[in-house]
Amino acid sequence: MSARRLPHGGSEIDRSRPLKFTFDGRTVEGFGGDTVASALLASGRRIVGRSFKYHRPRGIWGAGVEEPNALLDVERDGRRTPNARATTEPVRDGLVARSVNATPDAEQDRNAFLDRFSRFIPAAFYYKTFMWPDWHLFEPRIRAMAGLGTVDPDWVQGRSADQLNHHCDVLVVGAGPAGLAAAASAAAAGHSVLVVDDQSRPGGSLRHRAGEIDGRPGAQWAAETAAALEKAGLALLSSTTAFGVYDHNLVALNQRHGDGWPDTLWRVRPKRIVLATGAIERPLPFANNDLPGILSADAALQYLKRHAVLAGERIVVATNNDSAYEAASVMAEASAEVTLVDVRPAASADAGKARVLSGRAVVAAHGRNAVEGVTLNDGTRLTADCVLVSGGWTPSVHLYSQAKGKLAWRDDLAAFVPGAEVEGIGTAGALVGEVSLSKVLESGIAALGQFAGKTATPKSTGPEASLNVSAAWPKPKAKGRVWIDYQNDVTAKDVELAARENFISVEHLKRYTTLGMATDQGKTSNLNGLALLAEATGRSIPDVGTTTYRPPFTPVPFTSLVGPKRKSLLAPVRRLPLDTVHRMQGASFREFGGWLRPAYYGGTGSGSAAAIQDEARRARQSVALFDGSTLGKIEVIGPRAAEFVDFIYYNTMSTLKQGRCRYGFMLSENGVVFDDGILVRLDEHRFVVSCSSSHVAAVHARLEEWRQDRFGRDAVYIHNATAQYATLTVSGPNAKVLLEALDLGASLDDASLPHMAITNGRFGGEEVRIARVSFTGDRSYEVSIRADCAEALWARMQQEGRALEAVTIGLEALMILRAEKGYIIIGKDTDGNTMPHDLGVAGPRQKRVTEFVGRRSLFTEEGTRSDRKQLVGLAVAEGEAPLGIGAHGIERTGGAKRSLGYVTSSYFSPTLGRPIALGLIEQGASRHGEVIDIQHLGMLRRATITAPCALDPAGDRLNG
Amino acid sequence: MQLFPCPFCGPRDEAEFHYGGEAGNLRPDGREVPAGRWADYLHMRANPKGATREIWVHVTCGEFFAMERDTVTHKVAGSVSLGEAEQQP
Repeated sequence: MSARRLPHGGSEIDRSRPLKFTFDGRTVEGFGGDTVASALLASGRRIVGRSFKYHRPRGIWGAGVEEPNALLDVERDGRRTPNARATTEPVRDGLVARSVNATPDAEQDRNAFLDRFSRFIPAAFYYKTFMWPDWHLFEPRIRAMAGLGTVDPDWVQGRSADQLNHHCDVLVVGAGPAGLAAAASAAAAGHSVLVVDDQSRPGGSLRHRAGEIDGRPGAQWAAETAAALEKAGLALLSSTTAFGVYDHNLVALNQRHGDGWPDTLWRVRPKRIVLATGAIERPLPFANNDLPGILSADAALQYLKRHAVLAGERIVVATNNDSAYEAASVMAEASAEVTLVDVRPAASADAGKARVLSGRAVVAAHGRNAVEGVTLNDGTRLTADCVLVSGGWTPSVHLYSQAKGKLAWRDDLAAFVPGAEVEGIGTAGALVGEVSLSKVLESGIAALGQFAGKTATPKSTGPEASLNVSAAWPKPKAKGRVWIDYQNDVTAKDVELAARENFISVEHLKRYTTLGMATDQGKTSNLNGLALLAEATGRSIPDVGTTTYRPPFTPVPFTSLVGPKRKSLLAPVRRLPLDTVHRMQGASFREFGGWLRPAYYGGTGSGSAAAIQDEARRARQSVALFDGSTLGKIEVIGPRAAEFVDFIYYNTMSTLKQGRCRYGFMLSENGVVFDDGILVRLDEHRFVVSCSSSHVAAVHARLEEWRQDRFGRDAVYIHNATAQYATLTVSGPNAKVLLEALDLGASLDDASLPHMAITNGRFGGEEVRIARVSFTGDRSYEVSIRADCAEALWARMQQEGRALEAVTIGLEALMILRAEKGYIIIGKDTDGNTMPHDLGVAGPRQKRVTEFVGRRSLFTEEGTRSDRKQLVGLAVAEGEAPLGIGAHGIERTGGAKRSLGYVTSSYFSPTLGRPIALGLIEQGASRHGEVIDIQHLGMLRRATITAPCALDPAGDRLNG
Repeated sequence: MQLFPCPFCGPRDEAEFHYGGEAGNLRPDGREVPAGRWADYLHMRANPKGATREIWVHVTCGEFFAMERDTVTHKVAGSVSLGEAEQQP
């Protein structure tokens, strides 16, 4: 015989609502209100899974989140959840559940033979055995055997998981009597309260244990109190686990919707946290204590009271405390034949109709695939189809410990409880070791601190529970296999082995044996394990201590932690104001420094290289149009603006005339070039920092830091206007012709607008700023206009460009054009050691007398080394392919090779008809004309060191 | 997640802030600064266990400020904007 559903009773099932699901391919019937676990028990199913390592048959142990055995993959309407706990998964019509770690199913697992070899597979067996010749040889097969649940590689996420932020005065974790009393009191005082509970409805132990509050049955009081909270507009979340307490008392909640729907993540910032997290029943140590049919006594009581499922017909209740007496009494009342075996010499509670054997202990359970009987320490054998166990209670101190609370050992409870109060966190109920209902309710109110209301504390009016636990820890050298950790298959012998091999720190014990490392994180097993370690090493339990408690308390799906932050929502790209226009022009986009920009126009796949070459070639012939809107436009305004830019830049900037531009470097304090760009002086007290596109945010932050730290907020004001303007660039021999055709109302002759000067004009009523600066080496104009007016200007440029055979170029072609001129990209043609004098700009270093960022570093031993890497051009012999980027220049001394530096940029120049390259080479500036070896991917080539500029070194084209 | 008090915006999530360095790391000006002094400014940090005074920036509003906090308990004692910090005795 085994468990069965009683014809009557069950406070939480709805017999008018029969439901069907399948487990390992067989149909199981249940009712609304059932969990998968209660329905499986009711159907008489005993084996629900196989253990992790030895593939031992395992049955349901618990009734809540602590369940170590009954893990299932569940699926419904195509939505799958791996490793769901049968004890928290509600039954739904059409649910498909499969046992994990079992092939083909839990009943007939073909790896069950492993258990016969278990004596040869102790803790650390895999570590020790598969070292030679190479672990990776064995890894695939062992990995295939290990692991729970199955992951579907074809799975596609549907709806994103929700993430919610919440604020409240009081967060109550646990809706048992302590938590509900606290919530009601705080609510009565007008505080906003959020109550969370990991079970499917509030009430906790009141839902299955005797107790009366304010003259009403406990369950009724709980339901009414919960209803009153909700009526007052306060939230009560069931099936919701508070899984972590983080810095400054942020609490993370995992709200489960079941049925394959994504869980919701809550981040709650309460002013006070009340932890009423309860306690979890421990197993007792006896041989074969993992057989199916051996359950937590409290869990069996829950199944009987809530789901009308009687766990067995001939039940042995094994206990070391009073709490199991209620279970024994109720089971006996429900027609089971119950024998209660108590390790304590005298019964101290009422077992009702159950037979009580005091002063005796179960030493072994028997049975092949399920329990059939037990042997007591006096040799008595009892027949049983079910053994209910209570080895005492382990308070759920996890959240308290995560909040850096220090635990205190209580001998009278045989458990750790919270010690000194953590600021902002109250603790109550079974968590602090309270058992009697009146004390539990009082502790709930006390845990509120200043948030307690003035209403009367609810009164317990029924009989009071007691515990009187007498510790029954696992002992060394016990006969048979005594299971400590069900889910990870750790036995008492494994713990003893670890102690023998000197893994006597509890953290080492955990990692060596994997005790408490399974998905249940040792909720039922940790205390037994460390008690045994204490015994084996001759220490006390508090001396051994616990492992560190870390979030999450229960597993949280990654989908819930990720939430909607996927793909473009994780890393949103910035789009140009003319994004759609470029798209219509056939642009191929790529991300550059966070911006989605046209890389080139037309040409796809293998045609892209040709398109880029074509753009770069035509740009030098007539005129090119380029969208440079991402260029930084950070305004520096104020009475000390000139002094400020002097300090920020390596180059002297205060001497710049109004309406003129100057190229310069910004250094870091370590002297390394951080950014380069053009500074524009609009008027005496107003500059525009035009920094590199990808450095705008960093440069802005740097300017703000020096402003606030050194100059003062009244001296300078900084405004990042980058995104407010579009900057459209016209470059090439015919740039001026095209610009004149736009009728911007500005005089463009070289006297009024020379190279490195700006002027203003108008387009369609909007003011435009025209800057004559060049990143191509050709005559160029950058026209900046309000971003929302840019489309018309771009269209007009395209239209006027037609007669000139203008070409629209993307960023790739621009890269070739600037490399032809030896113009650098910071971070590409420079590295984390490059100083300005390495780039041929040594003047300010020698001449400047005023202070600037990074100045002192330029004169350090490092900054003055003679063998610094310097910017050079690199030329290859006619007909050869471009050098590889990253290729190293090498030098041989004797047989040894040494790097001289490396290639930073390399392209084929369509205008020059040959490859060009830039590089950083030791003492390169003084080695022009020298031929060096270049090594790349095992290939050796030769290249000639040249000046960086390969095209128009005299700069005639700037005015061409 | 810690809550940091931005002097301008009030308490905000730590993810909105960047660390700016230890407070009181004064910059020595000039090219004649002794190498050791400059290296101290660039590289040497006290990294205290316990009470500390640091510069942080609230990235979303751009406020740089000095914050006193404890590196062990993560308790924040308070914060003051850079301009005001200078005016303190």
